[in-house]
Amino acid sequence: MALYSDKVMDHFRNPRNLGIIENADGIGEVGNAKCGDIMKIYLKIDNDIITDVKFETFGCGSAIASSSMATELIKGKPISEALDLTNKAVAEALDGLPKIKMHCSVLAEEAIKKAIEDYYEKKNEKL
Amino acid sequence: MRIYADNAATTKMSEKAIAAMLPFLSDIYYNPSSLYALGQEAKDALEAAREDIAECIGASQREIIFTSGGSEGDNQAILSAAKIGEKNGKKHIISDGIEHHAVLNTLKKLEKSGFEVTYLPVYENGIVKPEDLLSSLRDDTCLVTIMYANNEIGTIQPIKEIGEICKKHGVIFHTDAVQAVGHIPVNVKDDNIDMLSASAHKFHGPKGVGFLYVKRGIALTNLIEGGAQERGKRAGTENVGGIAAMAAALKESVANMKNASQKLTELRNKLIIGLSGIPHSALNGDKTKRLPSNVNFCFEGIEGESLLLLLDDKGICASSGSACTSGSLDPSHVLLSIGRPHDVAHGSLRLTIGDDTDEEQVDYIIKSVNEVVTHLRNFSPVWRDLTAGKANFIL
Ligand SMILES: Cc1ncc(COP(=O)(O)O)c(C=O)c1O
Ligand SMILES: [Zn+2]
Repeated sequence: MALYSDKVMDHFRNPRNLGIIENADGIGEVGNAKCGDIMKIYLKIDNDIITDVKFETFGCGSAIASSSMATELIKGKPISEALDLTNKAVAEALDGLPKIKMHCSVLAEEAIKKAIEDYYEKKNEKL
Repeated sequence: MRIYADNAATTKMSEKAIAAMLPFLSDIYYNPSSLYALGQEAKDALEAAREDIAECIGASQREIIFTSGGSEGDNQAILSAAKIGEKNGKKHIISDGIEHHAVLNTLKKLEKSGFEVTYLPVYENGIVKPEDLLSSLRDDTCLVTIMYANNEIGTIQPIKEIGEICKKHGVIFHTDAVQAVGHIPVNVKDDNIDMLSASAHKFHGPKGVGFLYVKRGIALTNLIEGGAQERGKRAGTENVGGIAAMAAALKESVANMKNASQKLTELRNKLIIGLSGIPHSALNGDKTKRLPSNVNFCFEGIEGESLLLLLDDKGICASSGSACTSGSLDPSHVLLSIGRPHDVAHGSLRLTIGDDTDEEQVDYIIKSVNEVVTHLRNFSPVWRDLTAGKANFIL
């Protein structure tokens, strides 16, 4: 059996929403090069709706696929829904991840939360 | 195209090795410890294999113990030397930081039971300095265990000098020669080696079989108690077919060594030159004092597992020292020992070529690695920061 599900491999080979957003409303970067996975998520938010999302990832197959899937799951959704996204939900949407790889999917959840925090911080500054 | 470039992990069995094994799976299935003539036939095969193997490394047949592979040999050699040391009140061992875990974890176990271990530095080129060994030797040193050639970065240690120093100071010298035997010339007498572990599947023999050379006069401690096989030092009915195949594989590898290593060295150097063309990359380990088959690179800004998966898509089997390929949080201890920072060590690639590798495959590997590294860098936030000047390149 292969290490990863077909869905993981599909998202790994053809990541969705790859890239950056200039003038993003919120940016979240988590992880560090020391531990081997870094994820950076860019959000465009309009009326509390995530209208666009892009990501860049340095990491393993699981990290890249989880970032890709997570961006798909939150695109077009209200902020409240995005905040509810768990790494478990990301893993499930990918038809599962190997146990030792679950920690890589946590980063996607954390990166989104951080990007939304960043959005609120920026918004408050403007007020 | 399917290219196997992971020969340090394991090798394909040679046809001669398979042919040598088959009779013991069918006709000659007898127990070598049995008295009747048919049992003795199996016994004869076992002893012929011992003779052949001994000859390949310059030992005598009484000095060869058959094992289940490299890990067992490393464990038994180190624990035996420690036992001898302990009896004489000597509980200091010298090793280095880039050993295989079969050695490192055995040493860790000894450290817990009161042994002290000095790990010699290997410097940027991945090679120990004999003068460091000299200055680390103590009156209570009972063992020096330093590998012949490294399994990740392929560096070859100054074994002859180390052996000489150990002999002069009366300290037992063990070497994990799993990656060396059958690939580069190894002679236990010339090199003053007291104990040496080897594994058949690294030189086109079967998995789960290996041997331990122990110089006459050094008492082994059993890991496995039971029957009197292997002169009482390793119990269990012998893997006759596997052992016969191991001997056949080793004889063949040693006979072809000169030609094979010349061809491999040329291909290896071509790979090194080709991959050096990728910006912000670096070869790991000494450029020339390395196994003819080994190429190991770090590429800044990318992670090793994703590199391996995409190379697999292109039909290339390789390996990496990244954390995410090992399931731990730390990248390879070998790459960290030669001074690669974590960030860079995660982006490593090991290619270990073999007799089947040709020039066309090497060209294809270079092209493929180039493409995959470029692709991964294109969406790496680390690479973006590096190229934007927000972080400094290490390589
Ligand atoms: C240097 C070294 N030592 C020990 C071993 C363990 O050998 P085996 O798999 O036969 O137990 C290996 C194999 O990976 C190795 O490369
Ligand atoms: Zn990971």
